[in-house]
Amino acid sequence: MFFLREKTFLNEQVFRAVIEAPLIAKKAEPGQFVIVRVCEEGERIPLTISDYDREKGTISLVVQAVGATTLRFSRMNAGDLLPSVVGPLGKATELDGVKKAAVIGGGVGCAIAYPVARKLHEMGAAVDTVVGFRSKDLVIMQDEFEKVSDHFTLMTDDGSAGEKGLVTDALKKNIENGAGYDLVIAIGPLVMMKFVSLLTKNYGIRTMVSMNPVMIDGTGMCGGCRITVGGETKFACVDGPDFDGHLVDFDEAMARASMYRDFERHAYEETCNLLKKGEE
Amino acid sequence: MPNMRMEKAPMPMQDAKERSRNFSEVALGYSMEVARDEAARCLNCKSSPCVSGCPVKIDIPAFLKEVANGNESGAYAILSRSSTLPAVCGRVCPQEKQCEAKCVRGIKGEAVAIGRVERYVADWHMENGEPLEKPASNGIKMAVIGAGPSGLTCAGDLARLGYDVTVFEALHVAGGVLVYGIPEFRLPKAIVQKEIDTLKQLGVTINTDMVIGKVLTIDELFEQGYKSIFIGTGAGLPRFMGIPGESLKGVYSANEFLTRVNLMKAYRKDSHTPIKMSKKVAVVGGGNVAMDAARCALRLGAEEVSIIYRRSMAEMPARKEEVEHAQEEGIVFRVLNNPTAILGDENGNVCGIRCVKMVLGEADASGRRSPVVEEGSDFTLDCDCVVMAIGTSPNPLIRQTTEGLDTNRHGCIITRNEAGLTTRDHVYAGGDAVTGAATVILAMGAGKAAAQAMHEEMQK
Repeated sequence: MFFLREKTFLNEQVFRAVIEAPLIAKKAEPGQFVIVRVCEEGERIPLTISDYDREKGTISLVVQAVGATTLRFSRMNAGDLLPSVVGPLGKATELDGVKKAAVIGGGVGCAIAYPVARKLHEMGAAVDTVVGFRSKDLVIMQDEFEKVSDHFTLMTDDGSAGEKGLVTDALKKNIENGAGYDLVIAIGPLVMMKFVSLLTKNYGIRTMVSMNPVMIDGTGMCGGCRITVGGETKFACVDGPDFDGHLVDFDEAMARASMYRDFERHAYEETCNLLKKGEE
Repeated sequence: MPNMRMEKAPMPMQDAKERSRNFSEVALGYSMEVARDEAARCLNCKSSPCVSGCPVKIDIPAFLKEVANGNESGAYAILSRSSTLPAVCGRVCPQEKQCEAKCVRGIKGEAVAIGRVERYVADWHMENGEPLEKPASNGIKMAVIGAGPSGLTCAGDLARLGYDVTVFEALHVAGGVLVYGIPEFRLPKAIVQKEIDTLKQLGVTINTDMVIGKVLTIDELFEQGYKSIFIGTGAGLPRFMGIPGESLKGVYSANEFLTRVNLMKAYRKDSHTPIKMSKKVAVVGGGNVAMDAARCALRLGAEEVSIIYRRSMAEMPARKEEVEHAQEEGIVFRVLNNPTAILGDENGNVCGIRCVKMVLGEADASGRRSPVVEEGSDFTLDCDCVVMAIGTSPNPLIRQTTEGLDTNRHGCIITRNEAGLTTRDHVYAGGDAVTGAATVILAMGAGKAAAQAMHEEMQK
C-alpha cells in the first residue's frame, strides 16, 4: 500500500498527487514512469513521474482525469492508500552532452516535460521551453517552467493566455531565428509530437518524444505497448518510453490509442454516476 | 492385490457445450472412491520408472500406496516433500510425457492416472489438512526474484530448510504464469492462492509490486544481506511474426490477451480492464498457450475460434489433452496454414487474415518436419481478432541492470551447471528466464535444483 500524502488540483481536470514511495523516489529519473492501481479490482495504468524528492521519499504524478481510473484517482484525498505503485519503469531520458535544447510540452504532458527541462537546466544546458494549452484556464506549471528556462513561451489555441497558436509555430520561429538546438524534446498529445517531429525533421534537429501507449504489466511481458519505430516493433515499457520522433509511426500509434475508446467512455460515465451517487 | 483394470478412471468433466461458455474449471476431479481405486492400479514396481520421469522426483509409488490405503494425509506428506505446488502440478503437468509415460501399466493398457490422483490428494489437503508448521529459522536471508513456478518452488524448498526467504514479484499478485497466463477454467486462481498461502505458512515473505532491476538491483539485494539469489523472472516479451498488419486494432499477443482475461479478469462484467469482444478469432500457434487463448476467446463469446498452425496435428506442441478439450469445445483447427498478412478495415480494425497452405518437407534441426509453402495457395479467413501465440523472449530488465550476468543471443540467462548457477557467484536462475518458454514443471524442477545448491553452498 502506498500513502497519498498530498493531492491538489492544478486546473479543473488536472491534479498533482504526491505519494510516499521512498524506494522509487531514490531511483527515479526524468522520463521514467510508474504503474498505478487505485483500487483492489482496478486496472493497471502507466503514469509518468513528474517529480521526485529523494530526501522526503516522495514522487509526484500529475494526472488528467480523463478515464474511469484517473477519475477515481482524482477523487482520492491526502491520507488515502493506493494498492500499487510500481517503478521506476522505462529508461530515463538521455540528456548527456546536450548544450542547447528546446523542451516542448502540450497539455498535461507539460508535467512530464518539466523534470526534463529542470534536469537540462541543472546540467548547465540552455533551455528554451514552449508549452501549449487549449486556453488560459488549462495552463499548468508556468512558474516552475519559467524558473528553469532561458526562454519560455506560452501558447494557447484561443490566445486567452500567452500567444495565440500552436507550439510548432513558436518552435519554428525559434529555429528560424537561429536558436541552434542540438535536441528537441516533445511531450504531449500524439498529434502534437507528430507535428513537432515533422517540423524538426526539415531542419535535421534530433528529436525525442515520450510515448505513453496502453500498458498492462509495464514490465516487458504483455506486449500491449508496442509501437513501430523505424520499421521495427519496439515496446514502450522496456525500450522506451522515449523514442526518436523522426522514426516513430505516429499514425499507427494514434489508431492503436483509440482501440478501447467506447469501453473507456462507457466506464468513465459509469464511474461518474457511481461517484455522484456516493456523494449524494 | 493391485487393481488390474486396463484403463485409467475417466476424469469427470463439465459438458463441452456448457463449459465453452463459462470460466469454471473443466475437469472436476476424482471422488474419494475413484481416487483410491485408481491409486490401487499401481504395481509398486521396485525400479519405479515413474519417478525418473518426474522433474521434481516425487516418490510416486509411495504416495499412491497411501491413497490406496485411504491415508490421504500421509500421501500429502510424501507429495509435499518433493513438490511445492501439488494442486497446480496435478492439473497442468504434461504427465503423459513424464511420469505416466514411464508407467509399467502403460505397456499393456493405460498408465496409472498419477496426475489426477496427485490433484485429488492436494485438493483433499486444502479441504482437510492441517496448516504446515513453520520450520525453525537459521537466520540466513535468501532472495527469490519472481513468484512464478520456479521462484515459488525455490522459495518453498529454502523455507523448509529454515532460511528466511523473501520473494520479490513485479505484478500485484504472486503466481506468475499461474495467475496471468493459465486460465481459470484450467487452473482456478483460488487454488493457486491456497498453494501460496501454504508457502506463507512456511515463513516465506512475498513482496509484490517490486520490479527487481529497477527499484532494487541484484547488487543492492546483496548489500541488504541476502546471501544467495534465485532469478525466476520467466518469459518476457512476446514474439510477433513480422508480417503486415500486426499493429492493427484487434491484434493481441497471447501474453496480453491472457493477462487481460486471467490477471485482470476482463471476462467479468465488473472488470475495469477492457478486452475486445470479437465474433471470429484467429489464434496463431500450436502450443498450450495457443489452446488457452483460443478457449478463452470462445468463453468470451466468440462465434468461431480457429487455431492456425503451420505444421500438422502430429507436430503440435500442445498437450494432447488440451487439444482434445479444445476440439470438443468446437475450436476449429486450421493446420498446415501459415499467415502472411493481417488485413484491416478503413478504421484500422482487423477484418481478416491472409494465409498460405503448407506441406511438410524434410525434418529440421528439432527433428520436426519443416513446413514448406504450397505455391499459389493463398486464401483469406475472415476474423475480427488475431492472437499471436508464437512464443516469447526472456524479460530484459534484470540483464540490463546486473553487471556480470551473462545471457545468450536470445537473451536467456547463461547457467554454469545443472543447478542453475549463473555467471555471477551466489546468483542462480531457472525456468523460462534460462530455457525460454517451457513448462511449469520444468521451471519447478529448476527452482528445486537451485534451492538444493544454494543450501549446499551455505554449508561450505
